Amino acid sequence: METIHLTLKIWRQTGPEQAGAFHEYPSGPISTAMSFLEMLDVVNERLTLADDEPIAFDHDCREGICGMCGAMINGYAHGKAEETTLCQLHMRHFDDGDTIVIEPFRAKAFKLIKDLVVDRSALDQIIRVGGYVSINTGSAPEANTLPIPQKIADQALDAAACIGCGACVAACPNASAMLFVGAKVSQLALLPQGHPERRRRALSMLTEMDSLGFGGCSNQRECEAACPKQISIRHIARLNREYLKAALLG
Amino acid sequence: MTLNSHTPAGPLPEKWDHFRLASPLVSPANRRNYTIVVVGTGLAGAAAAASLAELGYTIKSFCIQDSPRRAHSIAAQGGINAAKNYSNDGDSVLRLFHDTMKGGDFRSREANVYRLAQISNAIIDQCVAQGVPFTREYGGHLANRSFGGTQVSRTFYARGQTGQQLLLGAYGALMRQVNAGRVTMHPRTEIMDLVVIDGQAKGVITRNLITGAINAQVADAVVLATGGYGNVYFLSTNAMASNVTASWRAYKRGACFANPCFVQIHPTCIPVHGAYQSKLTLMSESLRNDGRLWVPKISGDLRSPNQIAEAERDYFLENKYPSFGNLAPRDVASRNVKEQCDLGQGVGGAGRAVYLDLSEAIKRQGEAQVTRKYGNLFAMYHKITGVDPRHEPMQIYPAVHYTMGGLWVDYALMSNLPGLFVIGEANFSDHGANRLGASALMQGLADGYFVIPATIAPFLAASSPGSINDTHPACNEAIDTVTTRINRLLAIKGSRTVDDFHRQLGLLLWDACGMARNEQGLTAALEAIPRLREEFWQNVKVPGQGEGLNQSLERAGRVADFLEFGELLVRDALLRKESCGCHLREESQTAEHEAERDDANFAYVAAWQHNGATDEPTLRKEPLTFENVQPSQRSYK
Repeated sequence: METIHLTLKIWRQTGPEQAGAFHEYPSGPISTAMSFLEMLDVVNERLTLADDEPIAFDHDCREGICGMCGAMINGYAHGKAEETTLCQLHMRHFDDGDTIVIEPFRAKAFKLIKDLVVDRSALDQIIRVGGYVSINTGSAPEANTLPIPQKIADQALDAAACIGCGACVAACPNASAMLFVGAKVSQLALLPQGHPERRRRALSMLTEMDSLGFGGCSNQRECEAACPKQISIRHIARLNREYLKAALLG
Repeated sequence: MTLNSHTPAGPLPEKWDHFRLASPLVSPANRRNYTIVVVGTGLAGAAAAASLAELGYTIKSFCIQDSPRRAHSIAAQGGINAAKNYSNDGDSVLRLFHDTMKGGDFRSREANVYRLAQISNAIIDQCVAQGVPFTREYGGHLANRSFGGTQVSRTFYARGQTGQQLLLGAYGALMRQVNAGRVTMHPRTEIMDLVVIDGQAKGVITRNLITGAINAQVADAVVLATGGYGNVYFLSTNAMASNVTASWRAYKRGACFANPCFVQIHPTCIPVHGAYQSKLTLMSESLRNDGRLWVPKISGDLRSPNQIAEAERDYFLENKYPSFGNLAPRDVASRNVKEQCDLGQGVGGAGRAVYLDLSEAIKRQGEAQVTRKYGNLFAMYHKITGVDPRHEPMQIYPAVHYTMGGLWVDYALMSNLPGLFVIGEANFSDHGANRLGASALMQGLADGYFVIPATIAPFLAASSPGSINDTHPACNEAIDTVTTRINRLLAIKGSRTVDDFHRQLGLLLWDACGMARNEQGLTAALEAIPRLREEFWQNVKVPGQGEGLNQSLERAGRVADFLEFGELLVRDALLRKESCGCHLREESQTAEHEAERDDANFAYVAAWQHNGATDEPTLRKEPLTFENVQPSQRSYK
């Protein structure tokens, strides 16, 4: 564990209609064992005591599973480290004297709220129109009635690991949510429980995605590289197949 | 006031059927006229909101995060219990009931626990039907594993992310009802107070975290699913926003708070690294299936763990508890870890850690098989510490994890305030003085999917819908109270930050009211907390305004409540002079230094009732009677 000093260039914006700008802050002494968000906590404590307004940022579980945190760090969603959410990024990845540029996830469908906080409710809107199996509580058959090959269950879980953080959208030059939609459509297309609604699901989720202002996929693969859960673009391929089948067969 | 659990008559296995048969129902055509506020979207809240909406009620759902999918249930790793007996190893509803009663150290209500065990199997069915990708065997059937405190394999899991997968299932069900127009979703909204009219819960006061707007949301019933209060200790495995505020406001409006001192300290967490630390990260207890806990036999041995020979290691749990070994229940494991460190056997920088070693399992099963089970935990550990646990043993130390105490509820999960229902971790009901691993997910989903839909109906059936609107004087009074408090916090402009106070409160509680407690320490804490609270209200610095997003203000309100609640927690701990469940009361030990329970004096639920700002709260005791289990001193030797 060592102590480093950094220069932080942080996007500050008081509200969606106000103009934003980068502000520069010295980090002060930072232990390399800290997480990135703990580093921001330390800076915020100092800003508070200096009568400056602390930096607003979203976070909750701080163990990489809730999907609430996220920002662009030196141009990378959640920072450059692989398979990592911002809360899991630790300061040992930075060197003494580094300048770190911190800005919010930017996408047409993600309206900025304040500083690094953006509105990602569009992702909920996409799930709302079909990202589930329609089954009421109480009407389920016995759990082991339907064996599912281990490999299929594992693939479904790989897709279901999505935490809905929006890094894929922020990383995509088209601000597309195809990886997010693909992960959910793929999970439920792989599992027999999802089959009855698979066509309707693919059509309605993609239509909703388009209408919310997300772009289309042009195979840049930035989403896959940014995904903290390493969700593969194979799930986009499966989404495309599901969509094509649904569009052709209705 | 006496607390009546309203437990139905009849033999234990038939009580739930009797309750449902005796319950008046609300006709399907009339259900949409009833509005129900559901606060929280974790397993309990999301499952309740979805299931109640499916029945046809009008639901207003609230969560503090930007999306209902982010509630802290999502972080549960290990699994969910059910009495399916798929492993053919002698499991049954009765055994799950017995294990849960025993695990809770005989401080829970028999009828509630039995119902939980009865419902457990239907939960698995429901989740599988939703497309929850549980881990499966090669043959395609659901896999099970064992967990601490039991000798059967009854835990269903989805790698090390079971909570996430179950929550996304419940979230999907909830969003389906949003789409159907039966649920109005209010994300980024915090509950600031409870509206009580003529002794009945009739709504909540909310603050929109983006605009700062304060509003009344009235309803025919209120369901709190707001989780536990572990963050009163500052450092815990809870998410940063987890708080006691909704429960505490309900308490101050008359709901009794039960067993606040029952706090679970989880044995296997990543140790504290420094003063800046904001939270602790759990390493699932499931690791104890394959991991062995040890410390070097030589105190202060600074060699790398891989260089310490087998003969020089003390596998302290295996040696002390031959039949349960590394799978001893959480409290026993935590206490023994702390004991080893107190004896100077600990490892790591500050000597506050022990090793959890998977090398033998990797030799036996192969690295691929072990990684398949725990891969995401290994990755998480590696990210935080920079060490790969497949090549070097993990360092672990106990941390505050789960709170068994909560608002008092009866068999119907209704508090003593009519119309206020409390489900999931927010209530006190099923885990007694200690919760077994993989039982929190089971309880949250049991309460949400199956219990509340059945128990809220008889309450609603007895009242006419929509009797209150949001211009009622009680709403205005509550809004004024909330606004005044916010303005007061903003006006202090002191010299210490909110986190600074919170950290101090946390340290104070961890020292005086953690795994081991004694009268002297608790008495001192009971004096120190009000002093700290007084200083907070004179010297806290909350920047910004009440309008708009103000995260410092949000935290200030929560910490102000923790500063009041912490006092009740210590008061409850001081009263309970027995060792029980998760905690050791130092004055109450056997000759072998094991925890000694005192059934003659403490076989009751301690439910505290608020008496205004200046008077001490009143203790209401709900005696616990055991007709189907014989309370025994737990022995895991």
